[in-house]
Amino acid sequence: MLKNRYFWLFMSPLSVLLLWETSTRSGLLDARFFPAPSAIFYYLIFTSPGEGLWADISASLYRIFWGYLAGCASGIALGVTMGLNHTVRMMIYPLVALLYPIPKIAILPLIMLIFGIGEMSKIVVVAIGSFFLVLINTLHGVDSVAKIYHDVAQVYRIKKHNFVLRVILPGALPAIFTGLKLAIGYSLVIVVAAEFSGADAGIGYLIWQSWETFSIKAMYAGIFVIGALGLAFSLTLSFFERRLTPWRDNDK
Amino acid sequence: MQIFASHLSKIFSRKEQRTVAYENLNFKIKQGEFFCILGPSGCGKTSLLRTIAGLETATSGELNIQPLNASKSGSIGMVFQEHGLFPWMTTRNNIRFLLENNVHMVNRDLDAIVDEFIDLVGLTTFADYFPHQLSGGMRQRVSIARSFANEPDLLLMDEPFVFLDYQTRCALHGLLLDIWQRKKKTLVFVTHDIEEAVFLADRVLVMSAHPGTVKSIIDINLPRPREFLTLRKLPVYQDQVSELMELLREECEPFKNNQSA
Repeated sequence: MLKNRYFWLFMSPLSVLLLWETSTRSGLLDARFFPAPSAIFYYLIFTSPGEGLWADISASLYRIFWGYLAGCASGIALGVTMGLNHTVRMMIYPLVALLYPIPKIAILPLIMLIFGIGEMSKIVVVAIGSFFLVLINTLHGVDSVAKIYHDVAQVYRIKKHNFVLRVILPGALPAIFTGLKLAIGYSLVIVVAAEFSGADAGIGYLIWQSWETFSIKAMYAGIFVIGALGLAFSLTLSFFERRLTPWRDNDK
Repeated sequence: MQIFASHLSKIFSRKEQRTVAYENLNFKIKQGEFFCILGPSGCGKTSLLRTIAGLETATSGELNIQPLNASKSGSIGMVFQEHGLFPWMTTRNNIRFLLENNVHMVNRDLDAIVDEFIDLVGLTTFADYFPHQLSGGMRQRVSIARSFANEPDLLLMDEPFVFLDYQTRCALHGLLLDIWQRKKKTLVFVTHDIEEAVFLADRVLVMSAHPGTVKSIIDINLPRPREFLTLRKLPVYQDQVSELMELLREECEPFKNNQSA
């Protein structure tokens, strides 16, 4: 049981919540700032839906979905192109190295200037954040395809599209998944930060509003939802990773 | 397919350093023969094989592969030291993938060919296994099946059995000779193992090291089909092994004089 992944999937967070619950109930933690998890869950399940929780969640999911999709697709495409074409790589890489470290939320005002304050600017900022993480990991993945597979492809005259789709892409897939996992977490971070300002719906908006109105339980409800979404995304990606890379021992 | 090499040289230049891989090689490989390139490690034999494969280019001299150079329609198969199977493809798909990309295989029943060659190397029950689920010997069998299934005009093998244990190596020698005799391909086999060369080859090119040059080309006059256990008892076999040993022993001499080993 102690070696079972699914056991710990529930037990790890549960023990922290239990510790928190007892600390609040015993008065060790101030219940105004740290309400008991049970009270937060009660609020989340019975009160939040009436206050538009679903609208907030779906607003955030909508932005993450399109932003993540666009960012990952373009990141993989450009990463593979850069990995296979030395000229393109030399042209683009300095820009990547320059732009990657800039906090994406720092350019949100600029993006809002270009794309307006509506949905588009939030989708774009999520896309940019995902893009760099996926691009860098894809590039690393293409580089990691051993030379022998290039040799085999050359000797047996593998056609270019087959080489890209059936040699390079599967070879880079484990690294691409690392990028996809990092990017989905980062997308959550970015979307929440983007919703703190200039939004009228979304989980970030919910948290910020609740803080301004001192609805502490609603604020925690938003935070819990983010955690749950992060976990769900991560499990989903791990599931696909296991399905799509059956040649690897994915038992970790 | 025939290969002619004249004054073939390969020099790696890196900044100020010049490393000669092989120098002034002259030889001819005949259609349908089993040709071994034998030499100590570092004599440039792998480099030579990669040059024939088109993976490297010679610095000077001429390499003429007929009819490949003439028509571009011929094809080459290669088996590497480490299997080179795509880890994300099953046994079946590793073989099939190369066939799908072979212009000579258009309109052929690929599944039938794949099945035939999987059967030929005795891996029918492992057809849907991934390489990491196979033993080293099995992987090399897939690699051999893959190279023959393509019906290449020329087969190149770069010490394909070097990482296998003795028993597996013997079994694969038998398998390789068996398939080669049936399919009659020109086969160039690189090795540093004298007995392996004598057992397999029609002719053996012995290379010297630093720089790699042709020391001698020896005819192996042993009857076929060959069977290792009977062959090794023949005086003529032992003579040929000794002859090659003498040739290669001279290559070890420099180590005695300067302590560079």
